[in-house]
Amino acid sequence: MTTSTVLAAAGGVSGGEEVTFWILAPLALIGAIGMVAARNAVHSALWLVLTMLCLGVFYVLQAGPFIGMVQIIVYTGAIMMLFLFVLMLVGRDASDSLIETLRGQRVAAIVLGLGFAGLVGGALYRALEGTTAVGLEQANAEGNVQGIARLLFTKYVFAFELTSALLITAAVGAMVLAHIERRKQDKVDQPSTMRARFAPGNYPGPKPGPGVFATSSSVATPARLPDGRLTDRSTPDILPVRELTAQETTLKGTDR
Amino acid sequence: MRYLAQDPTLADFGRDPWWLVLGKIVFAFAFGLLATLLGVWFERRVVGYMQVRPGPNQVGPFGLLQTLADGLKMAFKEDILPKAADKVVYFFAPTISVICAVTALSVVPFGPMVSIAGHHTPLQVTDVPVAVLLLLACSSMGVYGIVLGGWASGSTYPLLGGLRSSAQMISYEVAMGLSIVAVFMTAGTMSTSGIVAAQGDGTQLTVFGTEIPAPGWYAILLLPSFIIFFIATVGETNRAPFDLPEAESELVAGFMTEYSSLKFALFMLSEYVAMVTMSAVTTTLFLGGWRAPWPITLWEGANSGWWPMLWFFGKVIALVFVFVWLRGTLPRLRYDQFMRFGWKVLLPINLVWILVLSGLRSIEDWDSRSKLIAVGIPAGVLLIATLFWPNRRPQPKPTTQEQVDSRPYGSFPLPPMDLQVPPSPRITRVVAEREPANIVAGSDSREV
Repeated sequence: MTTSTVLAAAGGVSGGEEVTFWILAPLALIGAIGMVAARNAVHSALWLVLTMLCLGVFYVLQAGPFIGMVQIIVYTGAIMMLFLFVLMLVGRDASDSLIETLRGQRVAAIVLGLGFAGLVGGALYRALEGTTAVGLEQANAEGNVQGIARLLFTKYVFAFELTSALLITAAVGAMVLAHIERRKQDKVDQPSTMRARFAPGNYPGPKPGPGVFATSSSVATPARLPDGRLTDRSTPDILPVRELTAQETTLKGTDR
Repeated sequence: MRYLAQDPTLADFGRDPWWLVLGKIVFAFAFGLLATLLGVWFERRVVGYMQVRPGPNQVGPFGLLQTLADGLKMAFKEDILPKAADKVVYFFAPTISVICAVTALSVVPFGPMVSIAGHHTPLQVTDVPVAVLLLLACSSMGVYGIVLGGWASGSTYPLLGGLRSSAQMISYEVAMGLSIVAVFMTAGTMSTSGIVAAQGDGTQLTVFGTEIPAPGWYAILLLPSFIIFFIATVGETNRAPFDLPEAESELVAGFMTEYSSLKFALFMLSEYVAMVTMSAVTTTLFLGGWRAPWPITLWEGANSGWWPMLWFFGKVIALVFVFVWLRGTLPRLRYDQFMRFGWKVLLPINLVWILVLSGLRSIEDWDSRSKLIAVGIPAGVLLIATLFWPNRRPQPKPTTQEQVDSRPYGSFPLPPMDLQVPPSPRITRVVAEREPANIVAGSDSREV
């Protein structure tokens, strides 16, 4: 058991713990406020990451190193990363617009939020005033990880297994939704792909890009082969082949 | 678990004076930086040797200072900030990568208890009951550097590299975490010093009347976990053949396309530090940490004092060599193959193996020695049998001419089978006119 664990178990607050708290607590608050205030969705997620990291360190300080590390690995490392993944696919310029659709809702939200925070804080302070934590030493007697494992696999084993069943159900459901059944004959392996590519009647080289040797860069303009013919293979099948008129090919005067 | 006198326990940590802690931190940091400097040189030399070319051999003895010169050059280059970049995130991304890679070194045990200026202290910056989880946390936070670097560059290739990297690291972290589970189950602890200590107590086996210690390394006891862990490590550090986030042939340079100057150097640094850190972690978890391998342990003092550091560094260098070897040997995987490998091969094998292992451990009326014999001998016989199993006689393959003749009419034209390519007349001329590359270099220049 490390020194910090021993100290936290004894109910004392060491100097190092206090310093860490007073550095990280404002950071966690800044992260929370920044998450709400940031206009860019990715910035918002990053502020949340900051808050979660600070929370993880707080757990470690409170003699719960396992839960602190799991907070960082699972929430910050995996779940927030998936969030970021989606946010990045949305696009970097997808910022919130600042037009208020409901008049006065922002002021009302701030007032209500502050009031709620005050109520919760006050209630917690009144309820916990003067109480000291007990039982931490017994809980961590044989090590933090072992203590959690004992509880999870004896007292709370049913709840634990139910939670995992819930998660598995969600995962299987997502897989069923995304699954595509492939028939056996639809599966092609590498050698047969190559054989089909070099079979008679198929040109094995890459398709020419649309607009190559053409008068326009439109995807509907077929590429011109070196001998001057147009090739239909260069344009997507759904597009009608389009030849530009003489009027369209002349300069539009934008170059002046 | 049998603790020897030189094995540090968790109670030994947190008692050092401040200057000793500072010294250890500086040592770990310097180890990371030096390992990068030498690691780049080592990789280029080894890959050069594998590709039958000399590699860097001009700057310093054996080209040792090549990386230093490159680093200096990098510092003086123009630092380009793309117009579309998200400036703050773009600035912080490389630092996140480096910080996470270096922090992981803080829980790696470099050696046993030693005496420094009268203080009896373990050769490790710190240890916590959940040290291995700290390593996992560091590597999962390191992904942020790459992903954010890719996103903040404001350009397409870096974004694709960043997205690939996040998917890749999340997938391979699952396989990695599961293979560490087997280590936790066997060692009964999550602290790195505890795991190294647990690998020290081997069961005694009697072979032909002599007592020999059974292997205690988890690389042998937990072979499937070790293999999966190392593969996942390669995926986690973005090294070839899993270097898809920076696949040159597809994404230019992936997430670091827009980076230049010192920020690029930081990304390079974090990549190599991560490689060395991961080698050190693999050594700690599976290769007995700082413990000497078998023939050396016959000498009494092999596992005490400062010697273990030598074994530790030897193992780390050997693993770094394997990283380089993989890069020199294997082509890059396609992205879908790579993901399928992680989720559909590594993960199920890992789960089944953990099940088998827990089944083995729960057999109660066997001691660990008879378990070792009961599992080890069949496994060894199976391994040898598969190694020396006679190959099936291959079907007679049609000759090339027969294959060509059997092609249908109108197939893609082939050059004639008896084509003789005359030697290019240019070859002799070029060799004759070229000046020797460097006349007054060291002994290496013979290879040029």
